Amino acid sequence: MAKRSAPEVNAGSMADIAFLLLIFFLVTTTIPKDSGISRKLPPMEPENDEEVIIKQKNIFTVLINGKDQLLVEDELMELKDLRAAAIEFLDNGGDGSCNYCNGAKNPKSSDNPDKAIISLKNERETSYSTYISVQNELVAAYNDLRNKRALLVGPQKSFGEMDFVMMEKNYKDINFNGDKDKLKEVIDQIRTEYPEKLSEVQ
Amino acid sequence: MSKFKSKKDNELPAVNTASLPDIVFMLLFFFMVVTVMREDTLLIQNRLPLADQVEKLEKKYPISYIYAGKPSKGYEKYGTEARLQLNDKFADISEIQAFINSERLAIRNELVDYLTVSLKVDRDANMGIVGDIKQELRKANALKINYSVATGSALEN
Repeated sequence: MAKRSAPEVNAGSMADIAFLLLIFFLVTTTIPKDSGISRKLPPMEPENDEEVIIKQKNIFTVLINGKDQLLVEDELMELKDLRAAAIEFLDNGGDGSCNYCNGAKNPKSSDNPDKAIISLKNERETSYSTYISVQNELVAAYNDLRNKRALLVGPQKSFGEMDFVMMEKNYKDINFNGDKDKLKEVIDQIRTEYPEKLSEVQ
Repeated sequence: MSKFKSKKDNELPAVNTASLPDIVFMLLFFFMVVTVMREDTLLIQNRLPLADQVEKLEKKYPISYIYAGKPSKGYEKYGTEARLQLNDKFADISEIQAFINSERLAIRNELVDYLTVSLKVDRDANMGIVGDIKQELRKANALKINYSVATGSALEN
């Protein structure tokens, strides 16, 4: 029998098929943008917990009421002023034990960034967007202070031109070609100098 | 005389479309690779609030999602108050603990401690429901949470 060559497959419709698939994936694609404000919840406290006494001047109270108004240290405040007020409180260094603070050293405000606590309280009727805005401003206050500190400490440890947020990003980045252990040290140092002490009242 | 070319030869040749499938396939592969299918069908409105101090959520650790917001169009029978959604259906606050436990069972043992709960809450929801969720998460001992937000200026919320 004579060998018959197989007829060529017509590939003209290949483009149509590919387009069909392409459009399907175009429609179903959601580019994920999972980013947000990370928080750690306090664990459930045991029944017989001792009351810790904290000096009133070391607490910065922020209250958001049901009408989304802010009451900061018993005074009404606009959201845009919150960050500056928080920075002033945290960076105060009232008892002089903080040699890296740039604050006013007001004896009536916080003693040390390590002791300063921000207490956030909200009501059930508070809207979520306001709550997130306040959280964001308070995190921003910490980040601002840490960034400033990082720009001072960094160059001494050969990490110049890098603020704190950048440092953390580089630390997580596998492509970063610097000394990661040293970077971790700097990050930890700044973290202990300006610890994030944000407590939420339930 | 054949010296003069006929007018027909002077026309532009048709564009060769032989490489069109290649181009389309290239695009196709790109989209196939970046596509992440939606994990849950949303039954609620979910417009996230804005913030600018955001951290990227690490995908290498397990993440569970909790949604909350007003029931969206077609689900009006569930009321106009913000409701909770777990997986693909509306849920009650008391179901969170069971949900977290089932999520923990689904992941590898050594990763259980790294489970992060991502709260995707609508901007118009009030803090009542969020506070309840947080309380339940504390009871379930799932303490790592992440408030999912869109990037933008927080002052414009």
